Amino acid sequence: MGGYHWNWGVFFQQVPSGGATYLDWFVQGVEWTLLVSAAGWAIALALGALLGVLRTVPSRALRGFAAAYVELFRNIPLLVQLFLWYFVVPELLPKALGDAIKGSPPLAQQFVAATLCLGLFTAARVCEQVRAGIESIARGQRAAGLALGLTLPQTYRFVLLPMAFRIILPPLTSEALNIIKNSSVVSTIGLIELSRQAQQLVDYSAQPYEAFIAVTIAYLVINAVVMYAMRWLEHRTRIPGYLVAAK
Amino acid sequence: MISIRNVSKWYGSFRVLTGCSTEVRKGEVVVVCGPSGSGKSTLIKCVNALEPFQEGEILVDGVSVGDTKTDLPKLRARVGMVFQHFELFPHMTVAQNLTLAQVKVLGRSPQAALEKGVKLLERVGLLAHRDKYPGQLSGGQQQRVAIARALSMDPIAMLFDEPTSALDPEMINEVLDVMVELAEEGMTMMVVTHEMGFARKVADRVIFMDGGTIVEDAHKDAFFAAPQSDRARLFLSKILHH
Ligand SMILES: Nc1ncnc2c1ncn2[C@@H]1O[C@H](COP(=O)(O)OP(=O)(O)O)[C@@H](O)[C@H]1O
Ligand SMILES: [Mg+2]
Repeated sequence: MGGYHWNWGVFFQQVPSGGATYLDWFVQGVEWTLLVSAAGWAIALALGALLGVLRTVPSRALRGFAAAYVELFRNIPLLVQLFLWYFVVPELLPKALGDAIKGSPPLAQQFVAATLCLGLFTAARVCEQVRAGIESIARGQRAAGLALGLTLPQTYRFVLLPMAFRIILPPLTSEALNIIKNSSVVSTIGLIELSRQAQQLVDYSAQPYEAFIAVTIAYLVINAVVMYAMRWLEHRTRIPGYLVAAK
Repeated sequence: MISIRNVSKWYGSFRVLTGCSTEVRKGEVVVVCGPSGSGKSTLIKCVNALEPFQEGEILVDGVSVGDTKTDLPKLRARVGMVFQHFELFPHMTVAQNLTLAQVKVLGRSPQAALEKGVKLLERVGLLAHRDKYPGQLSGGQQQRVAIARALSMDPIAMLFDEPTSALDPEMINEVLDVMVELAEEGMTMMVVTHEMGFARKVADRVIFMDGGTIVEDAHKDAFFAAPQSDRARLFLSKILHH
């Protein structure tokens, strides 16, 4: 490291185009990563839960539909899906709608495509976790719920899903961390999230070590917060005596 | 109360039940026994439509179970069921297990449901455990809660599928005692069990199944005195002398 000149003060210097500091850029990168990941996660969780339920219902058609969704979204590379959402889908929509999309601010287009892409991709993975969670308890618990006169939807709502979600919290944590990592692909359609911002900081500030260290720490902190939050949730929803009684 | 008429069921090409017919009258206790895999569980699950069947007819209090127009949740709410592995809802307290269906299915107020639940817990001797979770109870206690949960719906009949086979020996009697009391109060019961002491004490009839058919359907005394078929004789001698 002989000749390297450390300068952490670089974050408070103005960027070449002016009007912002490198710190502002860095913060914007963090914000976009969080925003895209959080919005994508909301879609993934809601849709994944629904699809996971469909994977386990008696109707063969509904099960088949959910299975086809999973195969489709799991087997096309994420990057390809992103390009499809950003470049291809607006062309396939009715002309008026497609034109409206193409006429909207680029940043909005990028954000919507990025969020949809990450959300729908991750939903396929969440779906499989939810399915596994339900299947691990469904045999006896479904019959118990139905035997009491609960309808099938009530049995899912009050009996199967509350347990299934508790069981799959650890793998869901991994999926939440995955979506944050995967969010870096959205830089390819021009959204300057954290990983892309790292590149930009290096290019403009000429202080590559500071830039990469700061970005790495930001990713670590985000992951730590997510893990901590999920641990807290696991703890909050722990059932007294359940682990002891688990068969 | 429960009429099973010529019921046959297939799992794919495998025939699980073949032409099963029997009748459980109001207030009657019928014990179903037979070797493992003979179709006992399948038969009683057909009674409350937890399993569909392809041939024959089952009537519960005059309502056809197989009829596509039958409101199955409503029918099931009137028939209590107790499972081998208890199947309490692990994420709910004992009290919540007892009130969920009363409120969601019968539309009782939470207040009324809890009152009912408390009464039943008292009856099975578990009132002190009302705020515990199933995982904090012994197997025998869990099964008594499961019986109380089924009773909370004021069922017209009760189905039991090997209610004591998952229990440690020292807990079997606390569950059987509750069932005996229920039988003596006149509950209509269809009980899959190998507890022949229970059958001797409270059963009216004993049904012996083998290979998906009802091989024997006899008054208790006749069944224990002299089973008609070799298969039933062999089965009895095995479970009575182990
Ligand atoms: N879901 C299923 N699919 C296929 N075969 C089954 C299923 N459930 C039970 N069987 C078969 O049906 C037969 C009867 O099972 P069951 O009614 O559970 O017997 P029992 O309760 O008398 O031990 C057994 O041979 C069992 O393997
Ligand atoms: Mg069985």
